[in-house]
Amino acid sequence: MNSVSVADVGRPALRWHTFSRSLRGGLKGGEYTWAVAFVVPYLAVFVTFVAYPVVYGLWMGSEPSLYRDLFTDPIYQSTVVNTVLYLALGVNVKMFLALLLSGFFMRPGRWMKVLLLIFVLPWAVPQISVFISIHWMLNGEWGFLNNALYTLFRVEGPFWLNDRWMALGSVIASHIWKWTPFWTLILLAGRMAIPLEIRDTARVDGATGVRGFVHITFPLLANLYLISTLLSTIFLLGDFNAVYFISGGGPADSTHVLATLGIRDAFDLAQPRLGVAAVMSALPLVVPLVIVLMRKLRTTEVQL
Amino acid sequence: MSTITADPRLASRASTRARRAVRRGRYLGKAGVLVLSVLLVVWTIVPIYNMVLISLEPEGDVFTDHLWPKVPSVESFLGVMTEGHWYLEHFWRQFANSLYLGAMVTFLTLLFGSLTSFSIGRMRIRHGWLVSNCALLTYVIPASFLAIPFYRIMQNYGLANNLWSVIAALVAFATPYAIFVFQEYGRSIPIEVDESARIDGASPFQIYRRIYLPLMAPALVAVGTYALLLAWNEFLYQFLLLSTKSSMTVPVALAQFLNSDQSPWNYMMATAIVYALPPVAIYYAFRRRMTAGLTMGGVKG
Repeated sequence: MNSVSVADVGRPALRWHTFSRSLRGGLKGGEYTWAVAFVVPYLAVFVTFVAYPVVYGLWMGSEPSLYRDLFTDPIYQSTVVNTVLYLALGVNVKMFLALLLSGFFMRPGRWMKVLLLIFVLPWAVPQISVFISIHWMLNGEWGFLNNALYTLFRVEGPFWLNDRWMALGSVIASHIWKWTPFWTLILLAGRMAIPLEIRDTARVDGATGVRGFVHITFPLLANLYLISTLLSTIFLLGDFNAVYFISGGGPADSTHVLATLGIRDAFDLAQPRLGVAAVMSALPLVVPLVIVLMRKLRTTEVQL
Repeated sequence: MSTITADPRLASRASTRARRAVRRGRYLGKAGVLVLSVLLVVWTIVPIYNMVLISLEPEGDVFTDHLWPKVPSVESFLGVMTEGHWYLEHFWRQFANSLYLGAMVTFLTLLFGSLTSFSIGRMRIRHGWLVSNCALLTYVIPASFLAIPFYRIMQNYGLANNLWSVIAALVAFATPYAIFVFQEYGRSIPIEVDESARIDGASPFQIYRRIYLPLMAPALVAVGTYALLLAWNEFLYQFLLLSTKSSMTVPVALAQFLNSDQSPWNYMMATAIVYALPPVAIYYAFRRRMTAGLTMGGVKG
């Protein structure tokens, strides 16, 4: 009887002991407490301000009838077209320019360094400041752009922000203006990381210019370029400021993207659930992107 | 005979032609670089020049068609400094709010980020990868997509119109990047340093405070700059969560007048420039560190 009861009591205790040790990962008691205490602040922030809003958002946008309303809304339909265009052009033109410019900035010389310093200015200046400036610059009557066009070339510039396609184009151009420097720096760092011997050997073997780029540089940069493109797609999808400040979604709500439409529905129309639904309708694009990105970022050592 | 005498001449002529072609090519290359450089500078400068141009216009002269200020005036900057315009009533209060926001976001991001990466990377807490994945997930979710539920939750907590609600959001979105960079950078510090300190009887907190943080200084600077610029660049959360004149930050105040008909454009541009000065200064001061941070751990592709 006695021995049985001892075994009964002893076993779970033993199991608990090994279990808790495996949980601690070889850390001693006091140290384990410290290690947990160090992680807790971030985990608390994550649960309260990321995980909870995500769940709350999923719950807010879970009614199917919302999507029926949403999909029949003509403004939503044009918003989807805008978002696709914004993504396709904004991301790819920017990344391609950044790829070419990063090669350009590899040229030696002091002037190149000075030029690079000027070139990164758009990245250093806050978005709000420059987007307001661009908004006023594109004003059809009093804007700097049309003034310059008229003074220099005697051309009457159009009302940039009064036409859907020109307004959208302006937004995309502004996005490219603001973010090309950042990605150029990233790709420049990627090019710098290519060992000098590889470049020299390639040059000796006759791989210079375009051939060097196609056969040597690009294959080595391809992974970085892909990750940058994916990340940039996610960032752009969530971009609110460019559209909000430059076209304001206008004329007549024709240049919204999903991020601004969601906010408009939620706050201007006081239909927060519809706003969440608008944003959630991007999930079929976001989820695969997130999965691919999480894999890529975890396995390769690229960090942005 | 004749062919032999003709050959060197031909050859030399051919070689001078080739040399000329090379030289011409080089000139063309240089001209191309020059043209491209000029285009880049113009493209980069125009929106910023526009900002300066309008801020230097005297009041009421914004609606003109010249390309440089005929009579440059610093009236608008004086107006910003002295809050001398109805639209600038609370400028310094709002600027202080922006500063406070930036400072708090930077401090908390560095604190939480370094603590977490110390625990995961140095103490190797079991299941640390789960925490890393939470961070990674946060990094790839667009922040603006969470704005509506976040706003609702802050309303429920009674934190609307409180700067701390914005600080919380920005810390939540900036810390993942900090964790990546710290972990990546921490790999360059040998773990034996920690172990010998441990044997000498240092507690984990002492190791963190006395050894880890000093060694991580370059990464701290890089991430700190990043967090500060993130807070300074952010608009949406501040716009949604801060609505009274005394609680709002500079970007929100600026945006209020964007679509009004009597916008005092010269004052707005002066405000925009004053607001842009700190991040530009910080960026250029810590440029090298920041670029290093972006590629820390090597962009090994």
